[in-house]
Amino acid sequence: MLLIILRRLGQSVFVLFLVAFVSFMMFRYVGNPVDNLLGQEATVEQREALIEALGLNDPLHTQYLGFVTRALQFDFGNSYRGAQPVADMILERLPATLELALVSALFAMLFGVIAGVYTAIFRNGFSAHLIMSTSLIGVSLPTFLIGVLLIWLFAVELGWLPSFGRGETVQIGFWSTSLLTVSGLKSMVLPAITLGLYQMTLIMRLVRAEMLEILRQDFIRFARARGLPERVVYFGHALKNTLVPVITVAGLQLGSIVAFAIITETVFQWPGVGLMFINAVFFVDIPVMSAYLLLVGTLFVVINLIVDLLYLAIDPRIRDSQLKRQST
Amino acid sequence: MSETILSVRNLRVVFPHRHGVLVPIDEISFDVKKGEIIGFVGESGAGKSMTGAAIIGLIDPPGYIERGEIWLKEERIDQLGISAANRIRGRRISMVFQDPLTSLNPLRTIGDQLVETILTHLPVSADEAKRKAIAGLEEVDIDPERFNAYPHEFSGGMRQRVVIALALSAEPELIIADEPTTALDVSVQAQVLELLKKLCREHGASVILITHDMGVIAETTDRVAVLYAGRLAEIGDTQTLLRDPQHPYTKGLIASTPSVEYGDISTELFQITGAMPRLDALPDGCAFHPRCGQALAHCATKRPHIERNRVACWLYNDV
Repeated sequence: MLLIILRRLGQSVFVLFLVAFVSFMMFRYVGNPVDNLLGQEATVEQREALIEALGLNDPLHTQYLGFVTRALQFDFGNSYRGAQPVADMILERLPATLELALVSALFAMLFGVIAGVYTAIFRNGFSAHLIMSTSLIGVSLPTFLIGVLLIWLFAVELGWLPSFGRGETVQIGFWSTSLLTVSGLKSMVLPAITLGLYQMTLIMRLVRAEMLEILRQDFIRFARARGLPERVVYFGHALKNTLVPVITVAGLQLGSIVAFAIITETVFQWPGVGLMFINAVFFVDIPVMSAYLLLVGTLFVVINLIVDLLYLAIDPRIRDSQLKRQST
Repeated sequence: MSETILSVRNLRVVFPHRHGVLVPIDEISFDVKKGEIIGFVGESGAGKSMTGAAIIGLIDPPGYIERGEIWLKEERIDQLGISAANRIRGRRISMVFQDPLTSLNPLRTIGDQLVETILTHLPVSADEAKRKAIAGLEEVDIDPERFNAYPHEFSGGMRQRVVIALALSAEPELIIADEPTTALDVSVQAQVLELLKKLCREHGASVILITHDMGVIAETTDRVAVLYAGRLAEIGDTQTLLRDPQHPYTKGLIASTPSVEYGDISTELFQITGAMPRLDALPDGCAFHPRCGQALAHCATKRPHIERNRVACWLYNDV
């Protein structure tokens, strides 16, 4: 068992090196770092000095190794704009994005699974049909439109919730959280719904489809024939069997929630890494972009690792087939 | 005469359909006595499984019981609500399904599924339930060491034994075994049937054994009901019925069952020509008459009913 986990970990590290390589290539070859740093009026001496300082004359693998070593120490160089260390910028803004992503993922999972199970159990009921048709809105409306609509309704017309920013934050160590203040929580509502709505409808439809499939299985009939209460049949037997595909999708979706928070953060002026990335693209701030790429890549790898381990925890068949493969 | 535990009276199950209704079970009546094993035999679609589903109250919608009554001892059970039905299912009537590979929840241990069923029905503590579950596994010759094993770690025959242990776990009075051995290897079939028979005798449970295999009927059952196109063709003691079949369909079924004892490989098996009519195209009169070699003129117009508690055929009745 430990071996399987270690092997998965090894694979993840390998993928991370690849991500780091792409990120490095971008840093090194998209645009000329020297031009970007010094501007066009620099003297030849200044250029030579900088090239030497950045180690740009070293062979590629040395440069890559240096890049990885520095990345491992959270040193991504300085931003071209403002000359602030990229690591500091990310650290300052990452909590905002992660909190937003986590809240919207929880929102999506919770309501997605509940609504999915509900619509599967009462598949011919009026409210199930209503939920299914409404969910089409979630699937088909683009994120920015949902965000703008929510702002119009709840911030402009009703004035219940703020339309931009994070509200007050509380600093805990390096982490600034907005989950502990009333204004922070209020600010969280609209962006979280905007970001999570699509994922929620997706999870709901997936859970529903899987659930309908599982409910046709013999072991559900057998569970019913044993007189188990409906609650136990649905939640004790059916739901767990729907989880493997749901976790796969939910995990990947969590990754994309973080990665694509960009739009939501832009709409709500949320001070997270997505907004930072957009600004970096605007000013061709390569170190920020490459660090962001590395960050999102790492996030996906970690999530995939967790998803894989969850499979093993949920499904004994997968566990055993992995063990068998291990021993051969 | 022993006690009647299940009595089915004029059962009629219908499925609404785009063009009218299908009638997979039409006017079936029979009794099950305490401790007896009654076989239901017929081709696919004859209504065998549907009868079992009707008794345990698990007909898939949109099908429903249109007419008739099902009595479990003194209690009428064909119109129960879900919670009342759940007090009967598993507790007083259980079911064993055809495919043991898909009958068990793949993500939960067999012990867990046994304990869950016992705790649902019997007023016992968790420890007591576990003891009972282990005893149940021992009864079906599964090593209690494997209490925490998952279904995929067992062979088909072993899984069917686990299913039988599950079906028996709350000491039901009646077990409906729906083709319990069809999906198993021939060599395992006999073991599982023998085990089912033995355990039901020990527990005093009656069995409705649904099968399409006349050999299984002959080996296992006390009485047998022959179904054709949702109707009862013939019913009676297994010995009598096999020795002296009356309905032409029963005769055909028996003649078309291969027998190893023949020892004569040149013997050609009898075949009943044609196929059972589809439910949406049942002929008038006796449903079997288009395939019947002895059909009389009025077989095509008038439907025969079970006479003398035995056979539904115009050959034995006056019009």
